[in-house]
Amino acid sequence: MTHAGYLVAGWGISLVVLGGYALGLVRRGRRLAPRVPVDRRRWIDSPGSDRG
Amino acid sequence: MAGPDKRRDGTGSRGSRLLGVGALVSVAALIVLAFVATDADVRTHPTTGEEFGQFDAVRMLYLHVPLAVLMYVAFVVCAVASAGVLLRRTAWWDVTAYAAAEVGTVLCGLVLVTGSIWGRPVWNTWWEWGDVRLMTTLVLFLLFVGYLALRRTTTDPRLQARRAAVVALVAVLDIPLINRSVAWWENRTLHQQSTLAELKIEDLTLFTLMFGFLAFGLVAWWLLVHRFRVGWLEQAATDHDVAIALAERRFETSATDLDAAIGRRDNREDPV
Amino acid sequence: MTPLASMSGRPVVDVRRFLVDVRLVAGRDLWIEARSRVVVAQVVPFALLVLILFGFALDADQRTLDTFAPGLFWVAVLFSALLAVHRSARLEQSDGTLDALRMSGLAPLALFLGKATAVFVQLLALEAVLVGGLLVFYGVEVEDPVLLIVAGVLAGATVASAGTLYGALASGLGVRETLLPILLLPVLAPVLISATRAFDDALGVAAVDGWAWTGLLAATALVATVVGALAHGVLIED
Repeated sequence: MTHAGYLVAGWGISLVVLGGYALGLVRRGRRLAPRVPVDRRRWIDSPGSDRG
Repeated sequence: MAGPDKRRDGTGSRGSRLLGVGALVSVAALIVLAFVATDADVRTHPTTGEEFGQFDAVRMLYLHVPLAVLMYVAFVVCAVASAGVLLRRTAWWDVTAYAAAEVGTVLCGLVLVTGSIWGRPVWNTWWEWGDVRLMTTLVLFLLFVGYLALRRTTTDPRLQARRAAVVALVAVLDIPLINRSVAWWENRTLHQQSTLAELKIEDLTLFTLMFGFLAFGLVAWWLLVHRFRVGWLEQAATDHDVAIALAERRFETSATDLDAAIGRRDNREDPV
Repeated sequence: MTPLASMSGRPVVDVRRFLVDVRLVAGRDLWIEARSRVVVAQVVPFALLVLILFGFALDADQRTLDTFAPGLFWVAVLFSALLAVHRSARLEQSDGTLDALRMSGLAPLALFLGKATAVFVQLLALEAVLVGGLLVFYGVEVEDPVLLIVAGVLAGATVASAGTLYGALASGLGVRETLLPILLLPVLAPVLISATRAFDDALGVAAVDGWAWTGLLAATALVATVVGALAHGVLIED
Protein backbone atom coordinates (compact mmCIF):
# COMPACT_ATOMS: atom_id res chain seq x y z
CA MET A 1 0.00 0.00 0.00
CA THR A 2 1.41 3.38 -0.94
CA HIS A 3 1.83 6.09 1.71
CA ALA A 4 1.49 3.40 4.36
CA GLY A 5 3.50 5.37 6.88
CA TYR A 6 1.18 8.37 6.65
CA LEU A 7 -1.90 6.21 6.95
CA VAL A 8 -0.61 4.40 9.99
CA ALA A 9 0.44 7.69 11.57
CA GLY A 10 -2.84 9.44 10.85
CA TRP A 11 -5.22 6.70 11.81
CA GLY A 12 -2.98 5.50 14.61
CA ILE A 13 -2.65 8.87 16.29
CA SER A 14 -6.39 9.50 16.01
CA LEU A 15 -7.42 6.17 17.48
CA VAL A 16 -4.84 6.37 20.24
CA VAL A 17 -5.82 9.91 21.21
CA LEU A 18 -9.55 9.17 21.15
CA GLY A 19 -9.05 5.94 23.06
CA GLY A 20 -6.76 7.57 25.57
CA TYR A 21 -9.20 10.42 26.13
CA ALA A 22 -12.03 7.93 26.59
CA LEU A 23 -10.01 5.99 29.13
CA GLY A 24 -9.13 9.18 30.92
CA LEU A 25 -12.80 10.10 31.19
CA VAL A 26 -13.74 6.72 32.60
CA ARG A 27 -10.96 7.01 35.18
CA ARG A 28 -11.96 10.52 36.17
CA GLY A 29 -15.50 9.33 36.63
CA ARG A 30 -14.48 6.43 38.81
CA ARG A 31 -12.36 8.71 40.96
CA LEU A 32 -15.06 11.36 41.39
CA ALA A 33 -18.13 9.21 41.98
CA PRO A 34 -17.27 8.03 45.52
CA ARG A 35 -17.00 11.64 46.64
CA VAL A 36 -20.62 12.33 45.85
CA PRO A 37 -23.80 10.96 47.51
CA VAL A 38 -25.48 8.43 45.25
CA ASP A 39 -28.57 10.45 44.58
CA ARG A 40 -26.57 13.39 43.31
CA ARG A 41 -24.27 11.55 40.97
CA ARG A 42 -26.38 11.93 37.85
CA TRP A 43 -28.19 14.92 36.47
CA ILE A 44 -31.36 12.89 35.95
CA ASP A 45 -31.31 11.75 39.57
CA SER A 46 -30.50 15.06 41.13
CA PRO A 47 -33.22 16.65 43.23
CA GLY A 48 -34.80 19.56 41.53
CA SER A 49 -31.47 20.67 40.80
CA ASP A 50 -30.97 23.82 38.84
CA ARG A 51 -28.21 25.52 40.70
CA GLY A 52 -27.26 28.57 38.75
CA MET B 1 -33.13 -0.41 36.17
CA ALA B 2 -32.12 -2.09 39.41
CA GLY B 3 -28.79 -3.56 40.32
CA PRO B 4 -25.26 -2.32 39.63
CA ASP B 5 -26.35 0.74 37.69
CA LYS B 6 -27.98 2.24 40.70
CA ARG B 7 -24.66 2.55 42.44
CA ARG B 8 -23.31 4.73 39.69
CA ASP B 9 -19.72 4.03 40.60
CA GLY B 10 -18.51 5.86 37.58
CA THR B 11 -19.90 7.49 34.51
CA GLY B 12 -21.10 4.29 32.83
CA SER B 13 -24.67 3.21 32.35
CA ARG B 14 -26.40 0.54 30.34
CA GLY B 15 -27.17 3.04 27.65
CA SER B 16 -23.67 4.39 27.43
CA ARG B 17 -22.15 0.92 27.39
CA LEU B 18 -24.37 0.04 24.47
CA LEU B 19 -23.30 3.23 22.77
CA GLY B 20 -19.66 2.40 23.44
CA VAL B 21 -19.93 -1.05 21.97
CA GLY B 22 -21.73 0.35 18.95
CA ALA B 23 -18.99 2.90 18.50
CA LEU B 24 -16.21 0.33 18.71
CA VAL B 25 -17.90 -2.01 16.29
CA SER B 26 -18.57 0.71 13.73
CA VAL B 27 -15.04 2.04 13.93
CA ALA B 28 -13.75 -1.47 13.33
CA ALA B 29 -16.10 -1.84 10.39
CA LEU B 30 -15.01 1.55 9.09
CA ILE B 31 -11.39 0.48 9.14
CA VAL B 32 -12.24 -2.57 7.11
CA LEU B 33 -14.19 -0.48 4.64
CA ALA B 34 -11.54 2.20 4.43
CA PHE B 35 -8.58 -0.09 3.98
CA VAL B 36 -9.88 -3.24 2.38
CA ALA B 37 -13.12 -2.66 0.58
CA THR B 38 -12.47 0.68 -1.06
CA ASP B 39 -9.92 1.32 -3.76
CA ALA B 40 -7.02 3.71 -3.87
CA ASP B 41 -7.45 6.86 -5.92
CA VAL B 42 -5.63 6.05 -9.14
CA ARG B 43 -6.37 7.97 -12.28
CA THR B 44 -4.75 7.81 -15.69
CA HIS B 45 -3.67 10.92 -17.49
CA PRO B 46 -5.62 11.17 -20.76
CA THR B 47 -2.64 11.97 -22.93
CA THR B 48 0.53 10.75 -21.25
CA GLY B 49 -1.04 7.60 -19.85
CA GLU B 50 0.72 8.19 -16.53
CA GLU B 51 -0.98 7.22 -13.34
CA PHE B 52 -1.70 10.00 -10.92
CA GLY B 53 -3.95 10.75 -7.98
CA GLN B 54 -3.78 10.39 -4.25
CA PHE B 55 -3.27 6.61 -4.39
CA ASP B 56 -3.74 5.17 -0.93
CA ALA B 57 -3.54 8.52 0.80
CA VAL B 58 -7.19 8.97 -0.06
CA ARG B 59 -8.00 6.62 2.80
CA MET B 60 -7.39 9.58 5.12
CA LEU B 61 -10.62 11.02 3.72
CA TYR B 62 -12.71 8.68 5.82
CA LEU B 63 -10.96 9.87 8.95
CA HIS B 64 -10.29 13.56 8.45
CA VAL B 65 -13.60 14.72 7.02
CA PRO B 66 -15.87 13.09 9.63
CA LEU B 67 -13.65 14.43 12.42
CA ALA B 68 -13.86 17.91 10.92
CA VAL B 69 -17.65 17.85 10.68
CA LEU B 70 -18.02 16.49 14.20
CA MET B 71 -15.67 19.14 15.49
CA TYR B 72 -17.99 21.82 14.13
CA VAL B 73 -20.99 20.06 15.63
CA ALA B 74 -19.29 20.01 19.03
CA PHE B 75 -18.45 23.72 18.86
CA VAL B 76 -21.99 24.58 17.80
CA VAL B 77 -23.29 22.61 20.78
CA CYS B 78 -20.88 24.58 22.96
CA ALA B 79 -22.09 27.87 21.51
CA VAL B 80 -25.74 26.98 22.01
CA ALA B 81 -25.08 25.76 25.53
CA SER B 82 -23.14 28.95 26.27
CA ALA B 83 -26.14 30.98 25.17
CA GLY B 84 -28.15 28.76 27.50
CA VAL B 85 -25.79 29.60 30.36
CA LEU B 86 -26.39 33.30 29.84
CA LEU B 87 -30.12 32.99 29.36
CA ARG B 88 -31.10 30.16 31.69
CA ARG B 89 -28.20 30.09 34.14
CA THR B 90 -28.55 26.50 35.24
CA ALA B 91 -25.75 24.05 35.89
CA TRP B 92 -26.87 21.77 33.07
CA TRP B 93 -26.09 24.33 30.36
CA ASP B 94 -22.74 25.11 31.91
CA VAL B 95 -21.63 21.48 32.19
CA THR B 96 -22.78 20.86 28.62
CA ALA B 97 -20.87 23.87 27.31
CA TYR B 98 -17.67 22.79 29.02
CA ALA B 99 -18.05 19.17 27.89
CA ALA B 100 -18.74 20.11 24.28
CA ALA B 101 -15.81 22.54 24.27
CA GLU B 102 -13.39 19.94 25.57
CA VAL B 103 -14.52 17.23 23.16
CA GLY B 104 -14.53 19.75 20.32
CA THR B 105 -10.99 20.84 21.11
CA VAL B 106 -9.74 17.26 21.11
CA LEU B 107 -11.41 16.71 17.75
CA CYS B 108 -10.03 19.99 16.44
CA GLY B 109 -6.50 19.02 17.37
CA LEU B 110 -6.97 15.73 15.56
CA VAL B 111 -8.37 17.50 12.51
CA LEU B 112 -5.25 19.64 12.32
CA VAL B 113 -2.92 16.68 12.79
CA THR B 114 -4.70 14.37 10.35
CA GLY B 115 -5.04 17.22 7.89
CA SER B 116 -1.34 17.88 8.05
CA ILE B 117 -0.51 14.20 7.67
CA TRP B 118 -2.90 13.89 4.74
CA GLY B 119 -1.56 17.04 3.16
CA ARG B 120 2.03 15.90 3.11
CA PRO B 121 1.77 13.16 0.47
CA VAL B 122 -0.96 14.91 -1.50
CA TRP B 123 0.11 18.56 -1.51
CA ASN B 124 3.74 17.95 -0.63
CA THR B 125 3.65 20.18 2.39
CA TRP B 126 2.97 19.75 6.08
CA TRP B 127 1.42 23.18 6.39
CA GLU B 128 0.25 25.96 4.11
CA TRP B 129 -0.15 29.51 5.30
CA GLY B 130 -2.98 31.14 3.43
CA ASP B 131 -5.15 28.09 3.10
CA VAL B 132 -8.47 29.29 4.42
CA ARG B 133 -9.72 26.22 6.16
CA LEU B 134 -6.38 25.39 7.72
CA MET B 135 -5.94 28.87 9.16
CA THR B 136 -9.50 29.14 10.41
CA THR B 137 -9.27 25.75 12.06
CA LEU B 138 -5.98 26.67 13.66
CA VAL B 139 -7.35 29.88 15.11
CA LEU B 140 -10.47 28.03 16.24
CA PHE B 141 -8.22 25.57 18.06
CA LEU B 142 -6.36 28.39 19.77
CA LEU B 143 -9.60 30.11 20.73
CA PHE B 144 -10.86 27.03 22.49
CA VAL B 145 -7.54 26.24 24.11
CA GLY B 146 -7.97 29.67 25.65
CA TYR B 147 -11.50 28.74 26.69
CA LEU B 148 -10.25 25.61 28.42
CA ALA B 149 -7.50 27.60 30.13
CA LEU B 150 -10.10 30.02 31.45
CA ARG B 151 -12.15 27.11 32.71
CA ARG B 152 -9.30 25.88 34.83
CA THR B 153 -9.10 29.07 36.85
CA THR B 154 -10.49 28.73 40.31
CA THR B 155 -12.95 31.53 40.60
CA ASP B 156 -16.51 31.57 41.80
CA PRO B 157 -18.26 28.95 39.64
CA ARG B 158 -21.14 31.18 38.66
CA LEU B 159 -18.86 33.93 37.50
CA GLN B 160 -16.65 31.44 35.72
CA ALA B 161 -19.62 29.94 33.92
CA ARG B 162 -20.65 33.35 32.65
CA ARG B 163 -17.15 34.37 31.60
CA ALA B 164 -16.59 31.10 29.78
CA ALA B 165 -19.93 31.45 28.03
CA VAL B 166 -18.96 34.91 26.79
CA VAL B 167 -15.60 33.65 25.57
CA ALA B 168 -17.22 30.76 23.69
CA LEU B 169 -19.83 32.96 22.03
CA VAL B 170 -17.34 35.63 21.03
CA ALA B 171 -15.05 32.92 19.65
CA VAL B 172 -17.83 31.49 17.54
CA LEU B 173 -18.86 34.95 16.32
CA ASP B 174 -15.27 35.68 15.39
CA ILE B 175 -15.05 32.71 13.07
CA PRO B 176 -16.72 34.34 10.06
CA LEU B 177 -14.40 37.33 10.41
CA ILE B 178 -11.37 35.10 10.56
CA ASN B 179 -12.65 33.17 7.58
CA ARG B 180 -13.20 36.31 5.52
CA SER B 181 -9.83 37.82 6.28
CA VAL B 182 -7.93 34.65 5.53
CA ALA B 183 -9.96 34.03 2.38
CA TRP B 184 -9.05 37.44 0.99
CA TRP B 185 -5.48 37.01 1.99
CA GLU B 186 -3.49 35.62 -0.92
CA ASN B 187 -6.57 33.90 -2.22
CA ARG B 188 -4.65 30.71 -2.29
CA THR B 189 -6.36 27.65 -1.03
CA LEU B 190 -5.16 24.16 -1.40
CA HIS B 191 -8.45 22.86 -0.12
CA GLN B 192 -10.12 24.19 -3.23
CA GLN B 193 -7.64 23.07 -5.82
CA SER B 194 -7.94 19.74 -4.30
CA THR B 195 -8.89 16.67 -4.43
CA LEU B 196 -12.27 16.60 -2.72
CA ALA B 197 -13.89 17.95 -5.85
CA GLU B 198 -11.84 15.79 -8.18
CA LEU B 199 -12.27 12.58 -6.28
CA LYS B 200 -14.95 10.36 -7.61
CA ILE B 201 -16.98 10.34 -4.43
CA GLU B 202 -19.62 7.87 -5.40
CA ASP B 203 -20.73 4.36 -4.61
CA LEU B 204 -18.52 2.67 -2.08
CA THR B 205 -16.40 5.72 -1.41
CA LEU B 206 -19.48 7.74 -0.58
CA PHE B 207 -20.91 4.99 1.52
CA THR B 208 -17.69 4.62 3.46
CA LEU B 209 -17.55 8.35 4.03
CA MET B 210 -21.11 8.35 5.34
CA PHE B 211 -20.28 5.36 7.48
CA GLY B 212 -17.32 7.30 8.78
CA PHE B 213 -19.71 10.01 9.96
CA LEU B 214 -21.74 7.37 11.74
CA ALA B 215 -18.79 5.63 13.37
CA PHE B 216 -17.05 8.77 14.59
CA GLY B 217 -20.40 10.28 15.40
CA LEU B 218 -21.03 7.46 17.85
CA VAL B 219 -17.56 7.92 19.29
CA ALA B 220 -18.09 11.66 19.70
CA TRP B 221 -21.49 11.13 21.27
CA TRP B 222 -20.06 8.61 23.76
CA LEU B 223 -17.27 11.07 24.63
CA LEU B 224 -19.74 13.90 25.08
CA VAL B 225 -22.00 11.86 27.35
CA HIS B 226 -19.12 10.74 29.55
CA ARG B 227 -17.49 14.16 29.64
CA PHE B 228 -20.85 15.64 30.65
CA ARG B 229 -21.19 13.11 33.45
CA VAL B 230 -17.65 13.78 34.64
CA GLY B 231 -18.40 17.51 34.65
CA TRP B 232 -21.61 16.93 36.57
CA LEU B 233 -19.74 14.83 39.14
CA GLU B 234 -17.11 17.54 39.51
CA GLN B 235 -19.73 20.15 40.28
CA ALA B 236 -21.57 17.83 42.63
CA ALA B 237 -18.34 16.93 44.39
CA THR B 238 -17.44 20.57 44.95
CA ASP B 239 -20.92 21.38 46.19
CA HIS B 240 -20.82 18.37 48.46
CA ASP B 241 -17.44 19.33 49.91
CA VAL B 242 -18.78 22.76 50.69
CA ALA B 243 -21.88 21.25 52.31
CA ILE B 244 -19.72 18.99 54.48
CA ALA B 245 -17.53 21.86 55.58
CA LEU B 246 -20.55 23.93 56.55
CA ALA B 247 -22.29 21.08 58.31
CA GLU B 248 -19.16 20.12 60.23
CA ARG B 249 -19.05 23.54 61.73
CA ARG B 250 -22.54 23.18 63.04
CA PHE B 251 -22.46 19.62 64.24
CA GLU B 252 -19.25 19.32 66.11
CA THR B 253 -20.03 16.31 68.25
CA SER B 254 -22.56 14.00 66.75
CA ALA B 255 -21.47 11.99 63.72
CA THR B 256 -25.00 10.74 63.05
CA ASP B 257 -26.39 14.25 63.02
CA LEU B 258 -23.67 15.17 60.59
CA ASP B 259 -24.47 12.27 58.31
CA ALA B 260 -28.13 13.09 58.38
CA ALA B 261 -27.42 16.69 57.55
CA ILE B 262 -25.45 15.94 54.43
CA GLY B 263 -27.56 13.01 53.32
CA ARG B 264 -24.91 10.40 53.75
CA ARG B 265 -26.65 7.05 54.14
CA ASP B 266 -24.81 4.16 52.61
CA ASN B 267 -21.31 5.45 52.03
CA ARG B 268 -19.70 4.88 55.32
CA GLU B 269 -16.41 6.62 55.07
CA ASP B 270 -14.40 8.69 57.51
CA PRO B 271 -15.17 12.38 57.45
CA VAL B 272 -12.34 14.50 56.22
CA MET C 1 -32.13 45.93 31.34
CA THR C 2 -31.01 47.79 28.26
CA PRO C 3 -27.38 48.79 28.00
CA LEU C 4 -28.36 52.35 28.55
CA ALA C 5 -30.09 51.63 31.84
CA SER C 6 -27.99 52.49 34.81
CA MET C 7 -26.96 49.85 37.26
CA SER C 8 -29.43 51.08 39.82
CA GLY C 9 -32.25 50.40 37.38
CA ARG C 10 -33.20 53.94 36.47
CA PRO C 11 -33.35 54.22 32.69
CA VAL C 12 -30.91 56.77 31.43
CA VAL C 13 -32.68 58.78 28.82
CA ASP C 14 -30.26 61.62 29.01
CA VAL C 15 -27.68 61.08 26.31
CA ARG C 16 -25.68 64.07 27.44
CA ARG C 17 -25.37 62.58 30.88
CA PHE C 18 -24.25 59.35 29.28
CA LEU C 19 -21.55 61.06 27.26
CA VAL C 20 -20.40 62.90 30.36
CA ASP C 21 -20.07 59.55 32.10
CA VAL C 22 -18.02 58.14 29.25
CA ARG C 23 -15.73 61.13 29.34
CA LEU C 24 -15.47 60.79 33.07
CA VAL C 25 -14.30 57.21 32.94
CA ALA C 26 -11.96 57.80 30.02
CA GLY C 27 -10.65 60.91 31.67
CA ARG C 28 -10.03 59.11 34.93
CA ASP C 29 -8.10 56.32 33.24
CA LEU C 30 -6.05 58.76 31.19
CA TRP C 31 -5.40 60.96 34.20
CA ILE C 32 -4.11 57.94 36.10
CA GLU C 33 -1.87 57.21 33.15
CA ALA C 34 -0.66 60.77 33.04
CA ARG C 35 0.27 60.56 36.71
CA SER C 36 1.83 57.10 36.64
CA ARG C 37 3.21 57.15 33.12
CA VAL C 38 3.10 53.40 32.81
CA VAL C 39 2.29 53.41 29.11
CA VAL C 40 4.72 56.13 28.25
CA ALA C 41 7.59 54.89 30.34
CA GLN C 42 7.13 51.15 30.04
CA VAL C 43 4.81 50.04 27.29
CA VAL C 44 6.13 52.27 24.51
CA PRO C 45 9.75 51.37 25.19
CA PHE C 46 8.69 47.73 25.23
CA ALA C 47 7.13 48.12 21.79
CA LEU C 48 10.22 49.79 20.40
CA LEU C 49 12.28 47.05 21.97
CA VAL C 50 10.21 44.44 20.14
CA LEU C 51 10.90 46.18 16.85
CA ILE C 52 14.59 46.36 17.62
CA LEU C 53 14.79 42.74 18.69
CA PHE C 54 13.18 41.69 15.45
CA GLY C 55 15.84 43.72 13.71
CA PHE C 56 18.55 41.75 15.47
CA ALA C 57 16.85 38.41 15.04
CA LEU C 58 16.19 38.77 11.35
CA ASP C 59 19.81 39.61 10.68
CA ALA C 60 18.35 42.33 8.65
CA ASP C 61 19.27 43.94 5.45
CA GLN C 62 17.15 46.68 4.03
CA ARG C 63 15.08 44.49 1.77
CA THR C 64 13.99 42.05 4.46
CA LEU C 65 13.04 44.77 6.88
CA ASP C 66 10.93 46.56 4.30
CA THR C 67 8.89 43.49 3.52
CA PHE C 68 8.31 42.53 7.10
CA ALA C 69 7.87 45.99 8.54
CA PRO C 70 4.04 46.05 8.54
CA GLY C 71 3.77 42.60 10.09
CA LEU C 72 6.36 43.28 12.73
CA PHE C 73 4.73 46.62 13.49
CA TRP C 74 1.38 45.05 14.20
CA VAL C 75 2.84 42.18 16.20
CA ALA C 76 4.61 44.75 18.35
CA VAL C 77 1.37 46.71 18.73
CA LEU C 78 -0.55 43.59 19.76
CA PHE C 79 2.00 42.56 22.37
CA SER C 80 2.06 46.05 23.78
CA ALA C 81 -1.70 46.24 23.75
CA LEU C 82 -1.74 43.25 26.10
CA LEU C 83 0.17 45.29 28.65
CA ALA C 84 -2.00 48.36 28.21
CA VAL C 85 -5.22 46.37 28.47
CA HIS C 86 -4.06 44.45 31.49
CA ARG C 87 -3.21 47.68 33.21
CA SER C 88 -6.59 49.16 32.32
CA ALA C 89 -8.38 46.17 33.81
CA ARG C 90 -6.23 46.22 36.95
CA LEU C 91 -7.39 49.74 37.69
CA GLU C 92 -10.81 48.36 38.55
CA GLN C 93 -9.45 45.72 40.87
CA SER C 94 -8.12 47.88 43.63
CA ASP C 95 -10.06 48.98 46.70
CA GLY C 96 -13.51 48.03 45.52
CA THR C 97 -13.39 50.55 42.70
CA LEU C 98 -15.72 48.56 40.52
CA ASP C 99 -18.34 48.24 43.25
CA ALA C 100 -18.17 51.94 43.92
CA LEU C 101 -18.70 52.69 40.25
CA ARG C 102 -21.63 50.35 40.05
CA MET C 103 -23.31 51.86 43.03
CA SER C 104 -22.81 55.36 41.76
CA GLY C 105 -25.32 54.78 39.02
CA LEU C 106 -22.82 54.68 36.21
CA ALA C 107 -24.25 52.99 33.12
CA PRO C 108 -22.38 49.78 32.32
CA LEU C 109 -22.10 50.85 28.72
CA ALA C 110 -20.47 54.10 29.78
CA LEU C 111 -17.93 52.16 31.81
CA PHE C 112 -17.06 50.02 28.82
CA LEU C 113 -16.87 52.88 26.33
CA GLY C 114 -14.91 55.03 28.74
CA LYS C 115 -12.29 52.40 29.39
CA ALA C 116 -12.10 51.38 25.74
CA THR C 117 -11.63 55.01 24.75
CA ALA C 118 -8.78 55.42 27.19
CA VAL C 119 -7.05 52.32 25.85
CA PHE C 120 -7.74 53.54 22.30
CA VAL C 121 -6.04 56.86 22.96
CA GLN C 122 -3.03 55.11 24.44
CA LEU C 123 -2.82 52.73 21.48
CA LEU C 124 -2.93 55.60 18.99
CA ALA C 125 -0.06 57.26 20.78
CA LEU C 126 1.80 53.97 20.74
CA GLU C 127 1.17 53.47 17.04
CA ALA C 128 2.40 56.96 16.26
CA VAL C 129 5.65 56.34 18.08
CA LEU C 130 6.08 52.96 16.39
CA VAL C 131 5.57 54.43 12.93
CA GLY C 132 8.42 56.72 13.83
CA GLY C 133 10.35 53.62 14.83
CA LEU C 134 9.65 52.06 11.45
CA LEU C 135 10.85 55.14 9.64
CA VAL C 136 14.05 55.26 11.63
CA PHE C 137 14.97 51.62 12.13
CA TYR C 138 13.38 49.96 9.16
CA GLY C 139 13.82 52.69 6.61
CA VAL C 140 10.31 52.47 5.24
CA GLU C 141 8.54 55.31 3.52
CA VAL C 142 4.94 56.28 3.97
CA GLU C 143 3.37 56.33 0.53
CA ASP C 144 -0.23 56.75 1.54
CA PRO C 145 -0.50 58.57 4.86
CA VAL C 146 -4.29 58.74 4.76
CA LEU C 147 -4.58 54.99 4.41
CA LEU C 148 -2.04 54.54 7.15
CA ILE C 149 -3.94 56.76 9.56
CA VAL C 150 -7.38 55.34 8.80
CA ALA C 151 -6.21 51.76 9.08
CA GLY C 152 -4.29 52.55 12.24
CA VAL C 153 -7.29 54.20 13.84
CA LEU C 154 -9.70 51.40 12.97
CA ALA C 155 -7.32 48.66 14.04
CA GLY C 156 -6.62 50.54 17.24
CA ALA C 157 -10.34 50.84 17.97
CA THR C 158 -10.85 47.11 17.42
CA VAL C 159 -7.99 46.17 19.69
CA ALA C 160 -9.16 48.64 22.34
CA SER C 161 -12.73 47.31 22.37
CA ALA C 162 -11.83 43.63 22.28
CA GLY C 163 -9.07 44.26 24.77
CA THR C 164 -11.36 45.99 27.24
CA LEU C 165 -13.77 43.06 27.11
CA TYR C 166 -11.08 40.44 27.55
CA GLY C 167 -9.33 42.52 30.18
CA ALA C 168 -12.50 42.30 32.24
CA LEU C 169 -12.77 38.58 31.52
CA ALA C 170 -9.23 37.79 32.47
CA SER C 171 -9.03 39.77 35.66
CA GLY C 172 -9.99 39.07 39.20
CA LEU C 173 -9.14 36.61 41.89
CA GLY C 174 -7.63 33.32 40.83
CA VAL C 175 -6.92 34.45 37.31
CA ARG C 176 -3.33 34.92 36.27
CA GLU C 177 -2.26 37.55 33.80
CA THR C 178 -0.89 34.82 31.55
CA LEU C 179 -4.48 34.05 30.63
CA LEU C 180 -5.08 37.32 28.80
CA PRO C 181 -2.73 36.70 25.84
CA ILE C 182 -4.05 33.25 25.07
CA LEU C 183 -7.62 34.56 25.18
CA LEU C 184 -7.19 37.84 23.35
CA LEU C 185 -4.62 37.21 20.64
CA PRO C 186 -6.45 34.50 18.64
CA VAL C 187 -9.55 36.68 18.59
CA LEU C 188 -7.47 39.50 17.10
CA ALA C 189 -6.11 37.35 14.26
CA PRO C 190 -8.34 39.06 11.65
CA VAL C 191 -7.08 42.45 12.82
CA LEU C 192 -3.50 41.37 12.47
CA ILE C 193 -4.09 40.07 8.97
CA SER C 194 -6.15 43.02 7.77
CA ALA C 195 -4.05 45.76 9.34
CA THR C 196 -0.83 44.25 8.03
CA ARG C 197 -2.21 44.11 4.49
CA ALA C 198 -3.45 47.69 4.76
CA PHE C 199 -0.02 48.83 5.94
CA ASP C 200 1.59 46.81 3.16
CA ASP C 201 -0.21 49.09 0.75
CA ALA C 202 0.29 52.28 2.73
CA LEU C 203 4.02 51.71 3.03
CA GLY C 204 4.34 50.62 -0.56
CA VAL C 205 5.65 47.22 0.37
CA ALA C 206 3.23 45.04 -1.53
CA ALA C 207 0.69 45.47 -4.28
CA VAL C 208 -2.52 44.90 -2.38
CA ASP C 209 -5.73 46.86 -2.13
CA GLY C 210 -5.24 48.47 1.25
CA TRP C 211 -8.58 50.21 1.22
CA ALA C 212 -10.45 46.94 0.82
CA TRP C 213 -8.67 45.62 3.86
CA THR C 214 -9.44 48.84 5.68
CA GLY C 215 -13.10 48.20 4.92
CA LEU C 216 -12.79 44.87 6.66
CA LEU C 217 -11.09 46.63 9.56
CA ALA C 218 -14.08 48.98 9.80
CA ALA C 219 -16.37 45.97 10.05
CA THR C 220 -14.25 44.35 12.73
CA ALA C 221 -14.10 47.60 14.67
CA LEU C 222 -17.88 47.84 14.62
CA VAL C 223 -18.39 44.22 15.61
CA ALA C 224 -15.76 44.43 18.35
CA THR C 225 -17.33 47.53 19.87
CA VAL C 226 -20.91 46.29 19.76
CA VAL C 227 -20.16 42.75 20.90
CA GLY C 228 -17.66 44.02 23.43
CA ALA C 229 -20.19 46.40 24.93
CA LEU C 230 -22.90 43.75 25.18
CA ALA C 231 -20.62 41.09 26.59
CA HIS C 232 -19.00 43.48 29.05
CA GLY C 233 -22.44 44.45 30.29
CA VAL C 234 -23.33 40.80 30.81
CA LEU C 235 -20.18 40.23 32.81
CA ILE C 236 -20.52 43.21 35.10
CA GLU C 237 -24.16 42.77 35.96
CA ASP C 238 -24.95 40.25 38.60
